[in-house]
Amino acid sequence: MTMPSHAAGAPHVAAKAVDWSGSLRDAGFAAFVALLLTVPLVGLRTIDRPTGLGIEARPEEVVASVLLVFFGRLGLGLIGQGLALPVLFLALAAAAVGLAIPLPTQVLRLVLVAGGGIIALRAAFAVTTHRSKLTLAERDRKMDRVAAQVQHATKYIAPVAFIGAVLLPMTPLADRQLLDIGILLLTYIMLGWGLNIVVGLAGLLDLGYVAFYAVGAYSYALLAHYFGLSFWVCLPLAGLLAAFSGVLLGFPVLRLRGDYFAIVTLGFGEIVRIILVNWYQFTGGPNGISGIPRPSFFGLAEFSRTPAEGMAAFHELFGLEFSPLHRIVFMYYLILALALAVNLFTLRIRKLPLGRAWEALREDEIASASLGINRTNMKLAAFAIAAMFGGFAGSFFATRQGFISPESFTFIESAIILAIVVLGGMGSQAGVVVATLLVIGLPEAFRELADYRMLAFGMGMVVIMLWRPRGLLAHRDPTILLHGGKKPATGGAAR
Amino acid sequence: MSEPMLKVSGVHTFYGAIEALKGIDIEINAGEIVSLIGANGAGKSTLLMTLCGSPRARQGRVHFEGEDITDLPTHEIVRRGIAQSPEGRRIFPRMSVLENLQMGSIVAQPGSFDRELERVLTLFPRLKERIAQRAGTMSGGEQQMLAIGRALMSQPRLLLLDEPSLGLAPLIVKQIFSVIKEINREQKMTVFMVEQNAFHALKLAHRGYVMVNGKITMTGSGAALLADPEVRAAYLEGGH
Repeated sequence: MTMPSHAAGAPHVAAKAVDWSGSLRDAGFAAFVALLLTVPLVGLRTIDRPTGLGIEARPEEVVASVLLVFFGRLGLGLIGQGLALPVLFLALAAAAVGLAIPLPTQVLRLVLVAGGGIIALRAAFAVTTHRSKLTLAERDRKMDRVAAQVQHATKYIAPVAFIGAVLLPMTPLADRQLLDIGILLLTYIMLGWGLNIVVGLAGLLDLGYVAFYAVGAYSYALLAHYFGLSFWVCLPLAGLLAAFSGVLLGFPVLRLRGDYFAIVTLGFGEIVRIILVNWYQFTGGPNGISGIPRPSFFGLAEFSRTPAEGMAAFHELFGLEFSPLHRIVFMYYLILALALAVNLFTLRIRKLPLGRAWEALREDEIASASLGINRTNMKLAAFAIAAMFGGFAGSFFATRQGFISPESFTFIESAIILAIVVLGGMGSQAGVVVATLLVIGLPEAFRELADYRMLAFGMGMVVIMLWRPRGLLAHRDPTILLHGGKKPATGGAAR
Repeated sequence: MSEPMLKVSGVHTFYGAIEALKGIDIEINAGEIVSLIGANGAGKSTLLMTLCGSPRARQGRVHFEGEDITDLPTHEIVRRGIAQSPEGRRIFPRMSVLENLQMGSIVAQPGSFDRELERVLTLFPRLKERIAQRAGTMSGGEQQMLAIGRALMSQPRLLLLDEPSLGLAPLIVKQIFSVIKEINREQKMTVFMVEQNAFHALKLAHRGYVMVNGKITMTGSGAALLADPEVRAAYLEGGH
C-alpha cells in the first residue's frame, strides 16, 4: 500500500541524495504498524482441543510478516530516491525466492511473491519513465481519466459481456461449478443493481436491503408450501409483497435523513430476520423451509427424468438426452434475464422524470422540494421498486437453493450488497458488475487461501478506498445533451 | 384596488421555542419588485422559507392569488406558481447545467421546455457556454445564474430570490441585478427579493421592507427607503 512518503512532494534535485535515516524510520514505522496488526490477526490462532478451544501462538509468522513489511516499505521508499534499479533486482530476487524455495506456509509464499512482484513492477515503472513517483492529485486525476474512459468503453464492452454471458452455457467450459458461480455472481449483480436504485440514484443509505430479499424468498417458499403455487405464479407475487413491505417500511422512516435513516433500515433488516426465526409455526423458524419446488420450464415441462402427472419432461419435449445440467442452464438464463431487466429499467428510468427526480433528491433535498418534487412519494417509489427487484431475486434464490433459512439473510448480506454498490461507484451500473466480480468472484477464485480470504477481502476494500475513494467507476455522464451544442431550440431529446 | 398577489398576514414562525418571525405583514402586487432588507439573523430567509411551507407558520396566513397556501406542502406551493432560488444557491453539483435547468421545469407546462430554455440561455449567455459542464465546477456567480435560471424554468408567476448577491464579486452582482430588472420588465415577473446588499436591492425595487429581529420596522418605495436617514445609518453608511 502506498502512503504518500515524504519523498513524494520533494523536488527532483533534492531527491538525488538518498535519505537513509528517513527511509529507515519510515520503514520502521510501517513495520511497527504491521506488528500491531499481525499480533492479533496472524500471531494467535484458535485451535480445537478435546478440552475446548485453545490458543496457539505463532511468533515466527509475525516476525516474518513484520520483516517483509519492513523491507517492502524500505524498497518503496527507495524507489522514489533514485535507487529504483537495485530495488527492482532485489524485489525480483525476493519473488523468485518465494517461488523456488519451500516455505513453511503457503501464505508466506503468496505474500513474498505478490509483494515482490508489485514492488518490482513499481520499480520498473520508475526506471522506464524516470519519474520518481506521481503525486496524489496527479494519480487521482489519472485514475479518474482512466475510469471515465472505461465507462465510455462500456458502451462497447457491455454488449460483448452480454453476448459472452449468453453464450457461456453453450461453451464446453460450462461445467456445473462454473455455472453455479455464474448464477451466484448474477444474483449479486441483480441485487447490486436493485440496491443501486435506492443508494446510487435516490441517495438513501439502505443498510437493510436483505430484508426485501428475505421477503421475496419466503413469499415464494411459503406460497409454494401452503398453497402449492408454482414458481411462475409466485415470482410476481413475491415482487409485489416485497414492494409492499418496502412501502410499509418507507412510510415511517422516510422522514428521517442520513445516519438516522441508515440505522432504522438496519433495524428493519434485523426485525425481518428475527420474525422469521421466531415465528416457528409459520416459517419453520431457524430450521427454515426445505423442499421448495424447482421452477418448471414456463409451466410447460419439468427438469426431471420422471416428471409429475400431466407434465412433460424437458428433455423429451425437446428431444434431448436427459442431463441434470439442463436445469442449471435454465436457472442461469433465468437470473440473467432478471438481472438484465433490472439494468434496463435503471438505464431507462434515469432519463425519465422519476429517475431525474431521484438524482435531484440525492444531490439536494431542499432544492428538490423547492422545485416541486414530492419528496415522500419519490423516495417511496425508489424504495418500493428496489424492494420489488430484491423480492424477485429472493424468490429466485429460494427456488435455486430449494432450502432457505433465516441464516441466509443476516446483516452481512446487506453489507456485502452495499459494498458492491459503493465500491463500484454509487449510481454506476458497470461499477456494480466490476465490484461483484471483485467482491464475490475473487473470494470464490481464491478458495485456497482459506482463512485468509477475508483478510485479503478487507485489504482489497482498503486499497479501493485509498485509490478510488468514490468507487471504481464513479464517473457520471449527463442524461441529456443539446443537439450539436448550438441550437438549444431543437433539443427534442430534452423532454 | 385589486387583491395583492401575495398577502402575508400576521405570520409567526418558530424554530423550536425560538420565535423567528413575530407577526409579519407583507403585500406584494403583481408586476412589482419588492426587496426585503435587514441584518444577519433578522429572519429574512425564514420568511422566504415560510412562504414555501418549510418551516410552517404557527400563526397567521399566507395567501397567494387569493388562495390560502399556509398549510400546503412545499411541492404543492411550488405548483401554484411560486419559484424560489434558495439561499446558498443549492444547485445540483454533480448534474450538468442543462440537467439542472431540466429539473427546474418539473412543474412547468409540458412542452414549454425548449422555449423556456431558450429564454434562460438568452438571459444568461454564460450558462449556454457551460451547458454540458458539471454545475458544481462552476464559479459562484455562474452558480447563482444557474439557480435563478433553474427557478425561471418552472414558469413561475412569483419569483423568490434569497440573497442573490451573496459572496459574489461587485461586477457579477451588477450583472445579476440587471437581469432581475430585465426579467421584471420584459416578462412582467413579480419578484420578491431578500438582500443584505441594501443599496442595490432598494435601488432596483419598486417597494421595500426593512426587517429587524423578526418584525417589519419600515416600509416604503425603494427610493424613499434609500433616502431615509435611519436606513442609511443602519444599512448603507460606509458601503456606498
